[in-house]
Amino acid sequence: MINKGEILSTIQMIENENLDVRTITMGISLLDCVDTDINKSCDKIISKITSYAKNLVKTGEEIEAEFGIPIVNKRISVTPISLIAAASGAQNYTPYAKALDYAAKAVGVNFLGGFSALVEKGMTPNDRILIKSIPEALSETDVVCSSVNIGSTKAGINMDAVKMMGQIVKQTAQLTADKNSIGCAKLVVFANAVQDNPFMAGAFHGVGEGECVINVGVSGPGVVHAAVKRLGDASFDELAETIKKTAFKVTRIGQLVAQEASSRLGVSFGIVDLSLAPTPAVGDSVARILEEMGLSNCGGHGTTAALAILNDAVKKGGVMASSHVGGLSGAFIPVSEDEGMIAAVNSGSLSIDKLEAMTCVCSVGLDMIAVPGSTTAETISAIIADEAAIGMVNSKTTAVRIIPVEGKNVGDSVEFGGLLGTAPIMPCNMGNAEKFINRAGRIPAPIQSLKN
Amino acid sequence: MDKRAIVTVIGVDKVGIIAHVGNVLSAVDINILDISQTVMQQYFTMIMLVDYSLCSMDFKDIKEHLKSAGNEIGMKINIQREAIFDAMHKI
Repeated sequence: MINKGEILSTIQMIENENLDVRTITMGISLLDCVDTDINKSCDKIISKITSYAKNLVKTGEEIEAEFGIPIVNKRISVTPISLIAAASGAQNYTPYAKALDYAAKAVGVNFLGGFSALVEKGMTPNDRILIKSIPEALSETDVVCSSVNIGSTKAGINMDAVKMMGQIVKQTAQLTADKNSIGCAKLVVFANAVQDNPFMAGAFHGVGEGECVINVGVSGPGVVHAAVKRLGDASFDELAETIKKTAFKVTRIGQLVAQEASSRLGVSFGIVDLSLAPTPAVGDSVARILEEMGLSNCGGHGTTAALAILNDAVKKGGVMASSHVGGLSGAFIPVSEDEGMIAAVNSGSLSIDKLEAMTCVCSVGLDMIAVPGSTTAETISAIIADEAAIGMVNSKTTAVRIIPVEGKNVGDSVEFGGLLGTAPIMPCNMGNAEKFINRAGRIPAPIQSLKN
Repeated sequence: MDKRAIVTVIGVDKVGIIAHVGNVLSAVDINILDISQTVMQQYFTMIMLVDYSLCSMDFKDIKEHLKSAGNEIGMKINIQREAIFDAMHKI
């Protein structure tokens, strides 16, 4: 039996409302690629990735053709390299990044995540080497992404690592100055990082994961926007219901694609990440959904409440649509990757402060924010510390992906191209956190009761 | 694997659309199970439920074949496996 309405609504979502599956990400454990000889270790990594992921892109394209749903990215995440490189005794892990870059390009994926270290409680010597290698690694590779977890609700915040990451972000910006400091767009600093995130730049394959797994990230801001628009002046109750139903449909496609991909690749299915991920394309913006709810400008008063409704309804709708939900699961608010966010910054209605408030109620943090090249390492560390504190206290993942663009100032704009989009340079707050950041040690883990 | 798919034909209405598409499908052993027509935003829209289990072509090739057959008569023809519609609309 043909149900015309259902078929046409699906086609409408794909053709006119930018419905797509944002990413199929294959997580691969590299734990068996450890070797005391760095060259042997890198060879093992290349051979493992190119064998496990050799059909990833092809399979993605087949599914795309058969179901008529665009699958925008095919990606890989690997075990945090600080663990794999430890035995090599190397003092610089850039060769590992180059091996990952080579393997990723060989299988045709557009990003590979996992040049990572987890240091929320403390740093081993190899964690320190990995972190120090990040600027060179990101400047000498194209598709490798890096992330560092510096805090968690259970461990508190490692402020020594926060201080270091401010410097690392600066150095990465300087080393990639000829490309608008794009290295920083591939570097995420996390609190409460998750082990099964399929989205870049923060994806890595956690040590609690299996040998190889398929995680899928859905998308669909355009579909939600269209549904909210059709609703007109409905009550909040109806608004939330409509978003839930839409998120359910979008997630079902993610679940279908995840099952197909994992069965065809002979790899276990991990999770579907219920995120609303915008792109710079018109009609694919999270900011425009918030405005459609009744705000004149994203960033104005009411934005945090609107985002809270959106984020919660997306999760509620998505949870029932998938057998396993995980990853970051929430609405993303990356500035440079969202046409409406860019417009809101340019019109002066959206500031870093408001974005920080918004991250309290959504995924994932201060994301793809360009600031003046003159911003100091201590200020960047302080921004990281603020965001990590929000994640730590509220038991949620938060992150900072900030780009202090060398040679640029407020009023300028930088073009990163593709999904990374265009970023207007945003002003940081006045003041100096140098003394605060230079205190050594850790911020203690927060109390989990007496919540207020 | 269930070999059922939805074929959609969208474009300006003219004489002989069903005949043309029917011939193209039968030539590659694709069986039509159900047909529905409607006008959506001034465009003629035909939806067909088909069974392609006897067709010897790869899905990608079927898709290309239908696309070029559509171009011959100025219509957009697409084919998608039925599973995507079921996933989205049925619990």
